[in-house]
Formats: sequence, C-alpha cells, structure tokens
Amino acid sequence: MDEFTLSRIFINLVIATRWTIILSLIAFVGGGLVGALIALMRISSNKLLSRISWLYIEFFQGTPLLLQLFLAFFGFSVVTGINLSPLVAAAIALTAYTSAFLGDIWRGSIQAVPRGQWQAASAIGFGYFDQLKLIILPQAVRLAIAPTVGFLVQVIKGTSLASIIGFTELSRAASLINNVTLQSLLIFGLAGLIYFALCYPLSTWSQRLEKKLAYK
Amino acid sequence: MTSLQPDLNGASTATLEKSPIIVAKNVEKTYDNGFNVLKGVSLTVNKGEVVVLMGPSGSGKSTFIRTFNGLEPYQKGSIEIDGTPISHGKKGIELVRREVGMVFQQFNLFPHLTILKNITIGPIKLRGLSKAEAEQVAMELLERVGIAHQAEKYPGQLSGGQQQRVAIARALAMKPKVMLFDEPTSALDPEMVREVLDVMRSLAESGMTMVCVTHEVGFAREVADRIIFLTEGSLIADTTPDQFFNNPKEERLKTFLSQILH
Repeated sequence: MDEFTLSRIFINLVIATRWTIILSLIAFVGGGLVGALIALMRISSNKLLSRISWLYIEFFQGTPLLLQLFLAFFGFSVVTGINLSPLVAAAIALTAYTSAFLGDIWRGSIQAVPRGQWQAASAIGFGYFDQLKLIILPQAVRLAIAPTVGFLVQVIKGTSLASIIGFTELSRAASLINNVTLQSLLIFGLAGLIYFALCYPLSTWSQRLEKKLAYK
Repeated sequence: MTSLQPDLNGASTATLEKSPIIVAKNVEKTYDNGFNVLKGVSLTVNKGEVVVLMGPSGSGKSTFIRTFNGLEPYQKGSIEIDGTPISHGKKGIELVRREVGMVFQQFNLFPHLTILKNITIGPIKLRGLSKAEAEQVAMELLERVGIAHQAEKYPGQLSGGQQQRVAIARALAMKPKVMLFDEPTSALDPEMVREVLDVMRSLAESGMTMVCVTHEVGFAREVADRIIFLTEGSLIADTTPDQFFNNPKEERLKTFLSQILH
C-alpha cells in the first residue's frame, strides 16, 4: 500500500472538500428557493398557507438534521421502495433543513420592516407584490444578511453529518484516511482548517456587505 | 312658484361649487378586541375644501381618516372617493389610492431610496411617467417645499421637518385629488412644525382638497374651511373655525377646548 505522506493526505482532503462545497451549494440554492417560498407563505394573509409553512418550519427546526438525513436516506426507500443515493438523500434533507431556517429568518426580516413602510407604499397606490418587491424586500434584505450568512456557515458545517449515511465529503474522507494512517490529530486538524477556510471568508464578506448596504 | 326658480339656480350653482369628493356614510368600526372606535360617522368633503379633524386622543379621528384610502378596514357604512367606493381589501383599491395622497405622522419615507427616488417611484411605476419626466415633476415639487438641494440625499440625512416636506412632495407627485394628513406635525420637534404647516398652508391656497387630523390650533383657525370634532367615535360638531373656537355649543367640545387652549 502507498505511503500516506502529508501532501497526499492534504490532497485527498481537498478533493473530498469538493463534495462539501457541492453539498453546501445545493443546500444554499435549494434551501434559498424553498425558504423564500416558505417566508412568503408565512407572511401571507391566507391562513392555510401560513399554517402549512408554520408546521414546515416547526418540524424541520424541531428535529435534528441527523434524523432528517436518516429519514431521507432510509425512510424514503422503506416507503417507496426506491433507494436514494447518499448525495440525493443528503441534498433533500439539507434543502429541507436549510429552507426551514432561512424561511423563518426571512419572515422575521420582512416583519421587522416597520408597518408604516407597507402603509406608505399602499397609500401611494402600489399593490401587494409591488409593495413587497420595491419597498419591503430591499429593506428586509439588509436586516437578513447577518443572520442568513451566519446560518449558511452552520450549513457548511452541517454537511459533515452526511458522512453518517455514507456520503464521502470532507469529514468522512478525514475519517477514512485516519482509519488507515491513525494520524488523528494531523488529519482532523487539517480538516478543521479546511472548514475554517470555507466559513471564515463568508463571515467577513457578510460584514463587508452589511456595511456597504447600511443606510446613509 | 316664482321663488322656486332662483332657489333651483342657487342649488345648481351650489352643486357646481360644492361637488363632493369624499362621501363617508355611517362608517362603523369595531376592533377585534371589541372596542367600538367609530360609531357610524358621516362626512362629506367637497372639492377644494380644507377640513380639519379634531378630537381627544382615542376619539377615532386617525382611524376615520385612514378609512378614506382603505388603510383601515371598517365593518359598516360606505365611503366613496370621487364616486368610487373604497374599502380595505377590495379588489382595485390601488387605483383609488392613487387619487388619495397621504401624509403620516412618522413620515414613512423609504429609507433605502434617495429623496428624489422616494418621489419618482410612484409616478414611474404607477402613472407611466418616464424617468426624466418624473424627475422633472419631483424637482418642481421639491422646489415648492424648499428642499430641492437635498434631492440626492437619503431620508436618514434629513431633519424631521424636511422629511415631512418630502413626504408631502411624494404624495403630491401622484397628482392626487385629495390629500390626507394624519397628525403631520405631531412627531416633529417644535422648531420644525412651522415649516411643515407653511407648506400645508400654501397647498391649501393652491386649491387642494385637504383633510387634516391635527392639534395645531393656529392652522385650524386660519386655514380650515370646516372643523370636525370627533369624540368617542362620534361626530359631535361640524362647523366653521369661528364657531368652533369662539362659540362652541357642545359640552364635550367646550371641555376639549379648555384643555387645548391655554
């Protein structure tokens, strides 16, 4: 068997990081789209839509992501007889999980825009969706940036749970390499640094964006 | 019979001069908590009139004025703006609202837009004006309210009085048939009240139909054609400023005046 040199360990971890990034991006995009829908349903005056989105948020916020991964991976095949690949199962679970949190964060940001803004926009004669698009959302976005990015950092780290259903992303790759080399401190230390390298720029970027968008 | 003719003429010229633009009939509203804030209030405002609504806090005057553009739902009665019925949640209400300008106590300028864009966004999106046309109108209005040099600033950079004048310009940019003022000076520092009242005064002189909820006695005295007194959700008096201040008949109005006229 080949010798596991430091550089080979590192290269293998970086290759596995690709999957952490892909999984994170799926969660961001999928969770963002579904989350936007959930937020709009939540603020809707339609009681049924609002109730459904409330249940959705409560369910996915109130259960562990690990359990949601199990449900998507094992539960789905029990019910339908179709086996999902770990990637698809992880994508579904992470999308559901992310959308519930983003939906709730965005609902809060929209509702944090003073009621007077809605009233002023409707007094001018804008309809509901114009009010939302032109007046409310541009203000809500500013409020949402910090908590949204904060949560996305959680999602990146949360993708490590996909290792449990056999998806080889950064954490599982580290674990596999460790099984062979037993250099635990080095390998998990490196994996930790890679996670940090992914998350830290996101946080600083969010701070810059927040400053840039602040009202004069 | 001979006396009927001049009467008829008189009536027809009167309707010409007095064509109603807001007709509110028996407007009743109860909040979810059971509080009966409007107990069947009727009011007709004619074109070009300046009507001031006064009354103690909690009398329902702000709620009443907000029913005129459908911001506040009501359960019974009817309101028509220039012949078109208006009520909260009704389809097509946006079209009626375009004809009714509103100025709020808290200004409610859009903080993410410049002063100029605060004014042009409505005319561009809803009246179909080009950006250049809308900006020209906006600059004329800003000139009129005395803040043209602040056009590129953001609301947060202006004083309260300046913001309220921008809010008036924003409402006027839609070329409304009526302007509603909901306590426009109540949130202002004392030294800024006057600049806003001056703008309102010149607006009244230009012939704009105005309904104002205000505690500004001087403004009511000088500018109002009629003063309406509301208390506990009922309209108690509808009279001229002279009668209102100098010869009040109703006990509750007398009590109110003794509290506000020191």
